[in-house]
Amino acid sequence: MTHRPAAWHAATVRSVSRETASARRIEFEVPTWPGNDAGAHLDVRLTAPDGYQASRSYSIASSGDSRRVVLAVDEVPGGEVSPFLVHELQPGDQVEIHGPLGAYFVWTPGDERPVQLIAGGSGVVPLYAMAELHDREQDSTPFRLLYSVRTPDDRFFASELEQIAARGRLEASYVYTRAVPAGWHSAPGRVTRDALAAATWPVDRRPRIYVCGPTPFVETVADWLTELGHEPRAIRTERFGGG
Amino acid sequence: MKLDGNAIAGPLAEVFGRDVTLAVMTCSGCHESAVIARAMVYVTAMGSVARCPTCDRALLVLGPGPGARIRFSMPGVSSLELTPDEPDAA
Ligand SMILES: Cc1cc2nc3c(=O)[nH]c(=O)nc-3n(C[C@H](O)[C@H](O)[C@H](O)COP(=O)(O)OP(=O)(O)OC[C@H]3O[C@@H](n4cnc5c(N)ncnc54)[C@H](O)[C@@H]3O)c2cc1C
Ligand SMILES: [Zn+2]
Repeated sequence: MTHRPAAWHAATVRSVSRETASARRIEFEVPTWPGNDAGAHLDVRLTAPDGYQASRSYSIASSGDSRRVVLAVDEVPGGEVSPFLVHELQPGDQVEIHGPLGAYFVWTPGDERPVQLIAGGSGVVPLYAMAELHDREQDSTPFRLLYSVRTPDDRFFASELEQIAARGRLEASYVYTRAVPAGWHSAPGRVTRDALAAATWPVDRRPRIYVCGPTPFVETVADWLTELGHEPRAIRTERFGGG
Repeated sequence: MKLDGNAIAGPLAEVFGRDVTLAVMTCSGCHESAVIARAMVYVTAMGSVARCPTCDRALLVLGPGPGARIRFSMPGVSSLELTPDEPDAA
């Protein structure tokens, strides 16, 4: 892991694009950015004309030495910060960012143990960064993703994840909680303990596990993983909040 | 709102001058140790409290101080272990 000190940086929006019906991808140019590990996050600080400040954490979808920093933000309706980032922020605008942050919830190539990624909703952002780095670096560790999301159209990085899977670099399985594609093998519904056990690496493969998403999702999944016999230390979690 | 120690990595980096999510805290209540990232963090408009994942004791408190200052205390931590570098320790 490269030493990359956390600091405040001025970030200029380079582009914005639709990620899902409720989320947006935002690409920043940050000339002073030291780069970041896959899975790290940053804090975005907004300052209103009257001086009022609000900051929130966002995971970084990009990794490596690039000065380009990619976020994917889901709108929490009525929220203080996310509606602004999703609807108002425009190319050329500047925000302050603090990072890179979070040496715990990162994955670095060169480790033998298989990796299990488990995401709920926007919680896929740091996990996508890990899968993307693993693919780009041609790392040989086997990677699996279990992604729980409302509908197929609500998937973040849907085409990127499909391409990585098509190259044989990721085994991805999806659980749809609100609506399923035609001919899907099951009705919409939440992940169950049995489905979790069936779609993830068995305990004897000793996977490193990363779980990220809404707080109740992360806690339910982490408890089940422990009950299934996974070593608690091998399970890394990141809670995004919400209920 | 309930989060975990990852969510206070930014404010803690202001205090310590670096990322400390892998620093190991020992709880003065139950004497269990855990990395900061694994603490249970409750965020309100008044600031954040990081609680022991084992016994729920308040370990760290972060809040706004006077002016633009940050107020930070460690009411439930008997020791904090930091590595000089940033290896993938935990
Ligand atoms: C380490 C970390 C990484 C994160 N990464 C991402 C990311 O990559 N993409 C992303 O979209 N979000 C991410 N989040 C969540 C993000 O920080 C904000 O919480 C979210 O954007 C809502 O902020 P807000 O100001 O719009 O809402 P607030 O004004 O903070 O909250 C409005 C209301 O919504 C509820 N609420 C707050 N946060 C959430 C939430 N996450 N889900 C559901 N309800 C919520 C609150 O309880 C409150 O009632 C991350 C959070 C953490 C801690
Ligand atoms: Zn304790």
